[in-house]
Amino acid sequence: MSEMKPKKKKQPMSDRRKFILNMARGVGLTAMGGFVWSAYVDEVTASSLVLRPPGALEEKDFLRTCIKCGLCVEACPYDTLVLAKPGDHKPLGTPYFVPREVPCYMCPDIPCVPVCPTGALDESSVTTDGNLDINIADMGLAVIDKDSCIAFWGIQCDACYRACPILGEAITIDYEQNTRTGKHAFMKPVVHSDACTGCGLCERACVTEKPAIFILPRETAMGKAGNYYIKGWDKEDEKRLENAEEIKTTTDLSKQKASDKLNSDMLEDLY
Amino acid sequence: MRNLWNHYRYLILRRVTQIGLLFLYFGANAWGWTLIQGNLSSSIILGIIPMSDPYAALQMLAAGAVLSVDLLIGVGVVTIFYLLFGGRAFCSWVCPINMITDAANGLRKVIGINRVQGIKQPASRKIRYWVLALSLIISAIMGVAAFEFVSPISMVHRGIVFGLGFGWAAMLIIFLFDLFVLKNGWCGHICPLGGFYSLLGKFSLIRVQHYEENCTLCMKCKDVCPEHQVLYMIGKESLPVLSGECTNCARCIEVCDDDALGFSVRNMAKNKKTGE
Repeated sequence: MSEMKPKKKKQPMSDRRKFILNMARGVGLTAMGGFVWSAYVDEVTASSLVLRPPGALEEKDFLRTCIKCGLCVEACPYDTLVLAKPGDHKPLGTPYFVPREVPCYMCPDIPCVPVCPTGALDESSVTTDGNLDINIADMGLAVIDKDSCIAFWGIQCDACYRACPILGEAITIDYEQNTRTGKHAFMKPVVHSDACTGCGLCERACVTEKPAIFILPRETAMGKAGNYYIKGWDKEDEKRLENAEEIKTTTDLSKQKASDKLNSDMLEDLY
Repeated sequence: MRNLWNHYRYLILRRVTQIGLLFLYFGANAWGWTLIQGNLSSSIILGIIPMSDPYAALQMLAAGAVLSVDLLIGVGVVTIFYLLFGGRAFCSWVCPINMITDAANGLRKVIGINRVQGIKQPASRKIRYWVLALSLIISAIMGVAAFEFVSPISMVHRGIVFGLGFGWAAMLIIFLFDLFVLKNGWCGHICPLGGFYSLLGKFSLIRVQHYEENCTLCMKCKDVCPEHQVLYMIGKESLPVLSGECTNCARCIEVCDDDALGFSVRNMAKNKKTGE
């Protein structure tokens, strides 16, 4: 026992071992940093409830194309647009607006769009026949909460209808008899998704404490019927069938008959 | 007084440039000035000349964005400018973070943290190139410009021009990191934008030149330099500083009492060496 082997520790580390260890350290640190970084980026870009300037690309493309320079913000004459600051909980540095604070006033010359150097705000998406056309912009969609909208209670209010810059198209009023009193009318606002630009003037104008009409990104506000439900009475709509792909749904059929199942297991439980 | 000017002339000029640019950008947003609009990511001079951050554009490309013509022209303008005037001239003459890290470095000297931590730095200055490569990989995988979502440079600059929010926290993190964790930590080790401009600066024409015959080996230049590895030739050989990591901040030139350092143009410097 007295003859102890020389400790391995004291041997100088070979160059090859050093090299491999250093490489492993570099790769390990890079991987660690990469995962933390990726997780952070994934988290901060996940905010879906953000309203973009007119002409903005679809959110995923917008996030990769916007260089966060703020030229659209500077071009906006109403200070509608702001850049997301740390603490706003929006994708950092990207332009957005909060309609209840300052809505988009839908300037006919759309000054915020042509200044965009990267095309994240796409001029062609707000152009009709070679002219800028703010009425085809799609910033979001107004949604009405019927329970808090006082017009649905029977109180006369048409603030949103009057505020709408596409009055009579994006918001219309439905008249209905108020059966509670029998002699009054409900004047219920209805939003039409094909005309609404999501400018938010209605949200700004809404008289309730928290707006009963508010803008959501169209993706969030709308459902999608898919290609399986077609308006058979509409020739245009029938064309969508061409895109439909056949999907066969297969499920595992129960090998037991329903009656067997009922008669075997359930009986014991019943009594 | 004259002596003071001699010792701080470039520092004063740099602060004037840095703060002046910030002020012009700020005025564009606050009061509608049109001299230079936007921010360091992308801006436009007098509504005509576009400028865009080439590193941001590179990340966007990696992320799969379609680069517009305007953006490419802007990238071209900035790239050519820094190719001529020393890539990392951006770092010491434009970047707002430079003032924060310089402040941390100054405080380090005053309260003597350098003496507590010793001279040996625990991290490699090559980290920035790893971060640079990593940022492009993450951009490609995540489909967004990865560094632009964490960059304290754009956070601070954007914050000053458009509203800071919690951006002050980013400033404080950088300051504390450079003060207590790593000397020249952010700008000299980690920042991938600095890494990018280091690579670009390899080709720059404006160079710091060392005149060995005047050198008294006082080493003030190495002491003041935030990238002192680029001054390896001090007292040894009359050479231009060719490393792209030099930020052309000119602190070495102004602290030198013996005219052993000065600015030169790349090819002229070469000629001097060969005696032509």
